[in-house]
Amino acid sequence: MNYKLTHLKELESESIYILREVAAQFEKPALLFSGGKDSIVMAYLAYKAFYPAAIPFPFVHIDTGHNFSETLSYRNELVQLLGAQIIVGSVEESIAQGRAVEEKGFSASRNKLQTVTLLDTLDKYKFDAALGGARRDEEKARAKERFFSHRDEFGQWDPKNQRPELWNIFNGKKQVGEHFRIFPISNWTEMDVWQYILQENIPLPSLYYTHEREVFERDGIIYAALPEMPRRATEKVEIKQVRCRTIGDITCTGLTLSTANSIADIIDEIATSRVTERGGRADDKRSEAAMEDRKKAGYF
Amino acid sequence: MIDKNKIDETSINSPLGVRGSSNQKLQNESNSNSPLGAGGYLDMELLRFSTAGSVDDGKSTLIGRLLYDSKSIFEDQLQAVKDASKRISGNEEVNLALLTDGLRAEREQGITIDVAYRYFATPKRKFIIADTPGHIEYTRNMVTGASTADVAIILIDARNGIIEQSKRHSYIASLLQIPNVVVAVNKMDLVAFSNEVFTKIIDEYKQISKILKLKNVIFIPISALNGDNVVDASINTPWYNGPTLLQLLETLPVRKDENNLPARLPVQFVIRPYSDKFHDYRGYAGRISGGTFRVGDEITVLPSKTQSKIIAIDEGTKSLEEAFTPQSVTIRLADNIDISRGDLIVKTTEPQPTVNANVSLMVCWLNHRPLNEGGKYIIRHATEETKAIIKAVHYKVNINTLGNIIDDKNVKMNDIAHISIKTLKPLKYDSYSDNRVTGSLVLIDENTFETVGAGMIVHDLEDDSFVI
Repeated sequence: MNYKLTHLKELESESIYILREVAAQFEKPALLFSGGKDSIVMAYLAYKAFYPAAIPFPFVHIDTGHNFSETLSYRNELVQLLGAQIIVGSVEESIAQGRAVEEKGFSASRNKLQTVTLLDTLDKYKFDAALGGARRDEEKARAKERFFSHRDEFGQWDPKNQRPELWNIFNGKKQVGEHFRIFPISNWTEMDVWQYILQENIPLPSLYYTHEREVFERDGIIYAALPEMPRRATEKVEIKQVRCRTIGDITCTGLTLSTANSIADIIDEIATSRVTERGGRADDKRSEAAMEDRKKAGYF
Repeated sequence: MIDKNKIDETSINSPLGVRGSSNQKLQNESNSNSPLGAGGYLDMELLRFSTAGSVDDGKSTLIGRLLYDSKSIFEDQLQAVKDASKRISGNEEVNLALLTDGLRAEREQGITIDVAYRYFATPKRKFIIADTPGHIEYTRNMVTGASTADVAIILIDARNGIIEQSKRHSYIASLLQIPNVVVAVNKMDLVAFSNEVFTKIIDEYKQISKILKLKNVIFIPISALNGDNVVDASINTPWYNGPTLLQLLETLPVRKDENNLPARLPVQFVIRPYSDKFHDYRGYAGRISGGTFRVGDEITVLPSKTQSKIIAIDEGTKSLEEAFTPQSVTIRLADNIDISRGDLIVKTTEPQPTVNANVSLMVCWLNHRPLNEGGKYIIRHATEETKAIIKAVHYKVNINTLGNIIDDKNVKMNDIAHISIKTLKPLKYDSYSDNRVTGSLVLIDENTFETVGAGMIVHDLEDDSFVI
C-alpha cells in the first residue's frame, strides 16, 4: 500500500480534524457562510466531517443587502442539499435599527458595516465559535492568524497577544462573553481550493464562470453595473466577458476579464495569473494595513 | 466523487451527487493541457519547514527570495513591496524581506514578532513555511513554528560563524525532534564565496550536531540577497556540488516513518446520527496519529483496556479498507462499548503506550507569568483534557551554552526545563521521541485559559534523546 497522502488529502484531513475539534470543544459554534468558494468548500468539509450525522452547527450568512442574486439562490440550494440550518443576519436591519450607519459617496460599501451585524448576530444567538473560510495566503495580516483565533468580549483581535498553537493541539477555552474565530482552511492556498473543487466535483455559483455582464471601470478595477453600486457620470457602462475571482458584496467585488467556463479553465487561468485574488478587492486597497485594522475591529 | 461512494452495507448515496452531473464534464477535462498541468498538480506532496534566524541573518530575505524565484509572488504584492521599500529606504532597490513582514508594528520596527505562515509550490511539491523570529525573547515562537515542521532551516551568517543563537536554534530543532536540519550558510558573497569559511563552519557545527543528536544535517552555502544556491545553482561556488536549497526541499522525505509507528487513534468525537437511515451507526472520529489501521484489526481502547475489532473505516462518505497517518477517519467497531472523547484506540498486537498519571517532560514556557512549582494547570494531551500539578522542576537548560542550570529553578517565559507532573486522569502516552502527537501536551492557565507551556514527554530522567 502506498502511504503517501496528496497535499489535498492532507489539507482536507487537517481541516476535518479542526471542524471536529470545534464541535467537541464549543457549546454553540456556527459556520460563517458568504457564498464564496472558500465558504462553499468549508460547507462540504463540514458535511464530510460528521457524515452520516447532520452538521452539528448552523450556517450564518451576513447579508449586506447588496448580494448578487446568484449568491442567494445558490446558498438556499446548498443548505437544502447538505441538510444544514441557516441563520441570516441582515445589514439592512442593522442600518434600520441605527446600529450601523450607511457610508456615503461613490465608494460607499457595506463591507465595513458587516462587522456590526456579524457581532450582533453572534451575540443574539450566543454563538461561542464562528468558523470562517479565511486563508493565510490571502493577505499578510492573515499570515499570522491562528486556527483558533481568540476574540475578547468586544469581538476584537489582538495580534500581539495570540495564543501559541503547537502541534495539533487547539485551546478553545474562554472567559464568559469571549468567543473564537476559527479558520479550518488556514493552510490552503487559492490554488488548493480550486484543485479541491475540481477533485471533489463541487458545483459553484455561475458567477465564477465567464458570462456577459454590464460593467464599468473604477481605479483599474472592473465592477458590475448594478443599482447597488452608484456610478459617476464619467464612468461608462460596457458589456464585457467577465467572471468573479472572489465573491463578496457587489460594492467590493472586482470582476476579471475571462473566458474560463470550467474549473479546469479557472485553474489554468490562476496558474498563469500575475495578480492575487484580493488584487480585485476594493476593501483591501484603502490602506496598506487595511485588513489588519478590520480584523482588530472584529471583521471575519 | 461523492455520489458514487457507499457509506455502508445500506448503500445509500450521498445527496451531494444529485447536482453533480453538469460538472462531470469538468472532471474529465482536468487533464487538459494546463501550463502547470492541473491534472498532475492534484497529487503533490506537502512539506512543512521552519526557518529560524535573527534580524540580521537574512531570513526574511531568504524567504522572499524563495517566493520570488519560484514565481510565487504576484504583481500586486510585488508592487506593494516596491512602494514600501521606496518609502522606507528612499531608493528603488526592492527589499524582499518586506514580503514577509506582515503586521504594521513589524514594518515600523523592522522586526518579526510572531510566527507567520507562507505558502509556495513548485511543480514537484507544495510548501508551508513557518517563519519564526530568532531573537532570544522569542524562543516560544521558534518552538511553535518547529512543532509541525519536517525540516528546520538554520541560517548562519558566514562572516560571524556559529554564534550562541545558532546553538539555540539547533537545540530547539533537537528538542522538537525535527527529522531534517538544513544549515544554510548565508552571505557567502561577503566572504568572497570562500570554501575555507564554509568548511570551517561545517566542522564546528558537526560538534554541536553530535552533542544534540541531530538526525539528518545538510549544509548549503548561499547568498539569499543575490540568489546563489537558493533556487538556481551558483557559478560563484564551483567547489560546491550539492543541491540548491529548493532542490533539497523538493527531495527531502516527508514524514517517512510515521506509518511504521504503533497505530494510535485519539478519539475526537463520537458520531451518532440518530436518523432512521443510520439508526445503529456509532463511529469514533479522529485523526490517525501513528501507524495504520485496517478493517479486521483487533483493537484495545485505553484507558479502559476494552477490546474489540474494526468492522469499518469511514472517510467522509467513503469506506476504506485501510487508513494511515495523518488521515481523519471514523472507525466502527464490532461491539457496542463505551468510548468517549479523550480515549485512545490502539492495535492490540502492537507495543502499547504507557498509561500513567506521573509524567516527566521537557517544557518550553510560553507565558510572561512564570511556571508555578506546586501549582495546578489544565493539561491538553491529544484529545484528552485533565488537570495536573507541577511536582518538581529538575533543571533548566541554558540553550546558549547547552548546559544545565540547577541552582535557578524559576521557569520564566522562553525558558526550557525538565519537570515532573502528576495528572488527575492518567495519560495514555508515548515518549515524544517516539510519537509527536501522543508524546506532546500543552499546559493551560486555570484562570486566564492562556496556553502557557509546551511539553514533550520523556520516559524518565535518563531518556537518551533529551540528555545533553
